[in-house]
Amino acid sequence: MVPVRSSFVARVKLRATLVVVFTLSLGLSAFGGGAVASAKSAPLSYGPINIWYSNNAQEISWGEQEVAAWNHLYPSQKVTGQQIPAAESSEEVIEAAITAGSEPCLIYNTAPAAVPDFEAMGGLVPLNSFPGAVSYIYARTGALAGMYKSPDNQFYQMPWKSNPVVIFYNKTEFAKAGISTTNPPLATYSEFLATAKKLVSSGAAKLAIDPSPSSEFYEAWYDFYPLYAAESGGKLLVENGKATFDSSAGQAVAAFWAQLYKEKLAGNETYTGDPFADGTAAMAIVGPWAIADYQGKEGSPKVNYGVVPLPTSKGNTSYTVPTFSDAKNIAMYASCKNRGTAWDFLKFTTSESADGKLLSITGQMPIRQGLEKLYASYFTANPDYKDFAVEAAHIIDCPYVSNSIEVWQVFRNGWSKAVIFGSGSPDAALASASSAIDKLVASNSSP
Amino acid sequence: MKVEAELPPRTRPSVVELEAEPPPSAPEPLVKRLGRVVLGRQPIGLAFGAPYALFIAVLFAYPLGLSVWISFHSYFFTAPGVSVARPFVGFANYRAVLSDPAVRQSLLNILIFLVINVPLTVGLSMLLASALNSLIPFRAFFRACFYVPYVTASVAMVAVWLFMFNSTGVVNAVLGPLAPVPSWLVNQGWAMPSVAVYVTWKQLGFFILLYLAALQNVPKELYEAASMDGASWWHRLWAVTVPGVRTVTTLITLLAIIVGANLFTEPYLLTAGGGPSGKSASPVLLMYQTGIEQNHPDFASALGVLLVLGVLVVVAAQRLLQRHQA
Repeated sequence: MVPVRSSFVARVKLRATLVVVFTLSLGLSAFGGGAVASAKSAPLSYGPINIWYSNNAQEISWGEQEVAAWNHLYPSQKVTGQQIPAAESSEEVIEAAITAGSEPCLIYNTAPAAVPDFEAMGGLVPLNSFPGAVSYIYARTGALAGMYKSPDNQFYQMPWKSNPVVIFYNKTEFAKAGISTTNPPLATYSEFLATAKKLVSSGAAKLAIDPSPSSEFYEAWYDFYPLYAAESGGKLLVENGKATFDSSAGQAVAAFWAQLYKEKLAGNETYTGDPFADGTAAMAIVGPWAIADYQGKEGSPKVNYGVVPLPTSKGNTSYTVPTFSDAKNIAMYASCKNRGTAWDFLKFTTSESADGKLLSITGQMPIRQGLEKLYASYFTANPDYKDFAVEAAHIIDCPYVSNSIEVWQVFRNGWSKAVIFGSGSPDAALASASSAIDKLVASNSSP
Repeated sequence: MKVEAELPPRTRPSVVELEAEPPPSAPEPLVKRLGRVVLGRQPIGLAFGAPYALFIAVLFAYPLGLSVWISFHSYFFTAPGVSVARPFVGFANYRAVLSDPAVRQSLLNILIFLVINVPLTVGLSMLLASALNSLIPFRAFFRACFYVPYVTASVAMVAVWLFMFNSTGVVNAVLGPLAPVPSWLVNQGWAMPSVAVYVTWKQLGFFILLYLAALQNVPKELYEAASMDGASWWHRLWAVTVPGVRTVTTLITLLAIIVGANLFTEPYLLTAGGGPSGKSASPVLLMYQTGIEQNHPDFASALGVLLVLGVLVVVAAQRLLQRHQA
């Protein structure tokens, strides 16, 4: 009996071994890697390319027009455009595509916060490798371009368009609460809080303002960061390897928001939809992309809105105060073969004419110098957008630090706990997040 | 036993003997013998099993193996062809996972989830299946009603629950002064129990179906005998139904544990990313944040491997307990 059982076990073992060998061979083949050309060494070549753009209706329209115009002029270098595949966020789609080597040549929806991670993955082509690229970028964007450089002075992204965020307010609800609709008292934090209380206590609105309370890392860009930019005079979250927000400016912003949440003037519950468009919240922090939505599809105003610049503790009524850009840039990706065409198409779509079309179709601000002068006729015909053109020259963006997403998540976790849900002191949360981010940035910088 | 002992020794072949090959009458060629050793006595069986084996190998074994490999290395995703050092780091990723307060909180959250969800799922689905198995009016309608949440997209269901359980929702309106403040989904104490109740409700239809199928195999005579003995509905449930569907109860318990360990959509959508303050975060949500959003697949893999081991331990313990009871 024993030899028979041993034989049976031996056969099972042999088959199991074959399965393991097969599985391992699959695994090892994956480690062998693909055949994508080095990001820096691929020679310039010309031919068909693919691009992705945002799935926003206006941007699709702009993208389709640009692709059609290019293909008409250069049929031998055909560009195929498509919307970025849907997922929880564009960044994870792009990350997956880089890992698989299936990303297109250009993506017109690259978040600056994700660029350091994409660069670390070896997924981006430095634009400096193209003759005249640096001067082209500076000529178009001016000094703001410096914000988008990597620590080793490379441009892994072309600054493209911004949505400088400001305060939108609902004039109908302000009027109902007996607050001026032409000059609402929202310049200082104390004015803002008093106005917010009046809006809610009068029953004009359920909430004064309702930014998303979600723990997602990017939500800090729509509550803390714009106000911090305004209060601190344009400081980035991290400068020179150190977090900057554990300061009087950061504490003032945190105290302001904590007060709004504590007094239930801002909501900490998830709202399905746009609380400002629905009339649930009387104010919102948004950029010019939202104007088209708030105007309604048929031209009749969906929301009777007004716009004011961001408040500061001492008071601000100017659109020259720094704010968060909410920018999306263009990046060239490593698996691109016809990089000559990609670079030419990139320049084609960031020309003065293409930027003008982008502005008129989407209402978003090209990151270009002298917008007001260059597109004066547009701003005369569309005065609602003029203040955003002024503000577009004073934007700040996410700092270019390694593992930027992780940095923002650490910040958001601390903010969410202390400010949104009132668990612990906001100042202590800022200090703790600052210390954690300092360590994180230092560890990422070390070899 | 006595009769069996008197039987001739070769009349009843044992299972092991059936597996044994007959003694060779003549020496087989080496190739044929090797072929038989590798392919077995019925090579066609391998052909039938190969597609599923391939499926398991490519979509389960390989990712699991790769995940284990990644968890022992310093690893991040790169573009194909990019050469980066991925040194072996031993248990460093596991130490990082176990020392992370967010991970510990998420494991505690899952424990709370399982303590509420598993008994609730098993108890309610068995009770409702027994009720639906009886001759009650509108039986088909009720069956469909219980199944609808299971086949409806979680995103849509979450939106309904957000409306129902927010501070001005219907649940708080009914409860009045008894409603918790802050409301359910943003309350540190109630967020995870709310998620557990939501998942129980969402999955209930599927588990009721499993029990309904199992109930068809419980002999009706047992119920009739119990009734004749004067057993009430509850007594029949306890003395006939529960033992009669024991195997399905085991299956449902295992599935409920696995669902709990894989919890992602609900904390991501229902409690806005595991809030408040991480009180409803799940390990899989953290894996998504660290592995996908932050490009730390090494940390995420270590957490995933620990999760798999944890589920295996719970399942093994549960099976041992059941075997012991049986």
